[in-house]
Amino acid sequence: MTSFTKKQLLGFYEKMFLIRKFEEKAGQLYGSGAIGGFCHLYIGQEAVVVGILSSINSEDTVVTSYRDHGHIIARGVDPKLVMSELTGRSGGISKGKGGSMHMFSKKNRFFGGHGIVGAQVPIGIGLAFAHNYRNEKKISRIYMGDGAMNNGQVFEAFNLASLWSLPALFIIENNQYGMGTSTKRSAAGNDLYERAKVFGIEGVKIDGMNFFDVSKAAIVARDYIIKENKPYVIEMDTYRFRGHSMSDPALYRSKEEVLQKKEIDPVLTMKETLIKDHQISESEIKTLETEIKKIIKNAEDFALSSPLPDLEELYTEVYL
Amino acid sequence: MKITLPALSPTMETGNLVKWLVKENDSVISGQVLAEIETDKATMELESPDDGIISKIIIPENTENIKVNSEIAILKIEGEEEGDQNITETNNKIIETEAVSVESKLEVKPVLNEIKINFSDGTDSDSSKKWTEKEMTMREALNMAISEEMSLDKDVFLLGEEVAEYEGAYKITQGLLDKFGKERVLDTPISEHGFTGLAIGAAMSGLKPICEFMTFNFSMQAIDQVINSAAKSLYMSGGEINVPIVFRGPNGAAARVGAQHSQCFISWYSHIPGLIVVAPSNARDAKGLLKSSIRNPNPIVFLEHEILYNQKTLVPEEEDFTIPLGKANIISEGKDVTIIGFSMSINRILSAMPEINKLGLNPEIIDLRTIKPLDEEAIYKSVKKTNRVVIVEDGWGNTSFGSHLSYLIQSSCFDYLDCEIIKVSGKDVPMPYAENLEKLALPSSDEIIEAVKKATYK
Repeated sequence: MTSFTKKQLLGFYEKMFLIRKFEEKAGQLYGSGAIGGFCHLYIGQEAVVVGILSSINSEDTVVTSYRDHGHIIARGVDPKLVMSELTGRSGGISKGKGGSMHMFSKKNRFFGGHGIVGAQVPIGIGLAFAHNYRNEKKISRIYMGDGAMNNGQVFEAFNLASLWSLPALFIIENNQYGMGTSTKRSAAGNDLYERAKVFGIEGVKIDGMNFFDVSKAAIVARDYIIKENKPYVIEMDTYRFRGHSMSDPALYRSKEEVLQKKEIDPVLTMKETLIKDHQISESEIKTLETEIKKIIKNAEDFALSSPLPDLEELYTEVYL
Repeated sequence: MKITLPALSPTMETGNLVKWLVKENDSVISGQVLAEIETDKATMELESPDDGIISKIIIPENTENIKVNSEIAILKIEGEEEGDQNITETNNKIIETEAVSVESKLEVKPVLNEIKINFSDGTDSDSSKKWTEKEMTMREALNMAISEEMSLDKDVFLLGEEVAEYEGAYKITQGLLDKFGKERVLDTPISEHGFTGLAIGAAMSGLKPICEFMTFNFSMQAIDQVINSAAKSLYMSGGEINVPIVFRGPNGAAARVGAQHSQCFISWYSHIPGLIVVAPSNARDAKGLLKSSIRNPNPIVFLEHEILYNQKTLVPEEEDFTIPLGKANIISEGKDVTIIGFSMSINRILSAMPEINKLGLNPEIIDLRTIKPLDEEAIYKSVKKTNRVVIVEDGWGNTSFGSHLSYLIQSSCFDYLDCEIIKVSGKDVPMPYAENLEKLALPSSDEIIEAVKKATYK
């Protein structure tokens, strides 16, 4: 089924569990007032980013929307730097000046963290353009939600990406709701990925709750993009267990629906599969989870003790 | 572990505990719903932060106006006795830092109000060297600037509608496709939102795009990308991501193209922190300023003017000729009144000059060249000499750049002013098509002359 080693698989599970625990902690810190503003949690969608990560070349570029904590952590940025950005402290990845939705790391090839629905998609094809311009065999991974798929600039980006043969992988994280509006109430036609077809962009829809399905599709997609010199789209059928943001009670969906989706919780599913099919013991996983909990505790401590930004920071970095 | 009333929205200060869904001594798991909380927005579920036992319920259900962060229950976590203390400690830390922040907020010093921009790339090469000069149009000068910079730096590329095979709707990019090839000179579809975002993404990864808007009217299709993605990224990323890009194209009213194709974006873009706004009035400046703009690591809005494209001046042919951004040009020195303009309004001022001279007046004319950041030093120096100011701008007068400039001048030169500051702006109407009305909508020589008379009590 897969050629991953046991160590790699544990590594992927570790990332998923890390993101889950990070987001739970972020939710708690929001509740205590340590995190302010908007805070969009990734809980439930972990298999998407980690599955895609399993195919990633370290030089590939990544760009995503505002639901970005899991993405930047998956890309290898220290959770401490992410958590302290959420608490708006000087130790944050953006020195506390960006916040939950605006985090970047050039070193880790992560280009944000964008707060306006759909805006990251043209930016992402710009990163793909730069790969081509420099004759690099790299691809740009562009994440967007189902909500963005009704935003005009996304189609402009599809057209340009196909027209200019850009190495772009469009990843639609269809978590079924753009804020409180279900895809059924917002998107005409059939599956979202099919909309790319009119631009000559091939694609597929897969189970985004299953790491192995995502990983398989991501590897196929990357090979296709590099070999065919064309963009590609994957629609992830996924689900967020929390509201759109912390202040969303999610009354637009039933408790039964959420419970049903929790039956296929990507983190738990991954754990069960590792134990059942990959000769990984429960105690190995327990050890790893204990380590992650420590990392989260450290991140929390750092995020709460890191000083607020210097007042001088107000006027720095407006211009270079 | 203490369970506290969580903040569930950015504005929530108190909440109501509607209902407990667990009792004391119940075992709970992480994520289990413990209670229903009513916020200012909605009723939300409070989830358990960890696995454990509810050892105490402090606040009973049906309690209203509980302050955020009040303890409402105690969760005993298996085998982690010291957990309680840790949490208390961290909570204290939050409070401590907040206390510090309130105190330090009171100490904001005015000296902070200074944004530094490094313009080391635009050396003032104007005065230090004897240039080989040739008379050419602004169109040729802009073309020369792009061509030279593309030859010097392979990261510079050009994209926009009709820039390549058609050689530019206004022929600014003539010959560039032949010279640099289709990898570096790209025709885009009519897709401003898409190609502007693309150019910004390319800039974020280190390329230096020149993104042409066929006219700046169409930049409104992409204004979210220009402002939210280009202008703010450096700041939002704590200095990590800069966006070295030039947005350029004709701006303002050309001639009889109607309301949707005739407006000035100076006031719009100069409102935005993070953008540099440049507006040359002549061919020489156009070359020098565009070259400095392409070399600058910040996002630049470079506003040209169609009517100026055919006007000629002497332009240095050397490729090391640049004009620094942020420096105004004193077009003519004088003593009686300071007349400030930029781009097309300089033309209007100059055409009014014979009449103004006839009045026996010797005005000082300042061409701002860069609108943001402003060369405040040059302006104030002049105003302190002449004590009278006329500002001429093509754009609408309402909440305009000129209005802001008036504010700056009165706040820095109040004691030096002998007269109110007079502003000549475009009229606050959509641009009419009829020739006579269009003329009326824009600043005229007569209006400038009248303004100068008023400022000098003539």
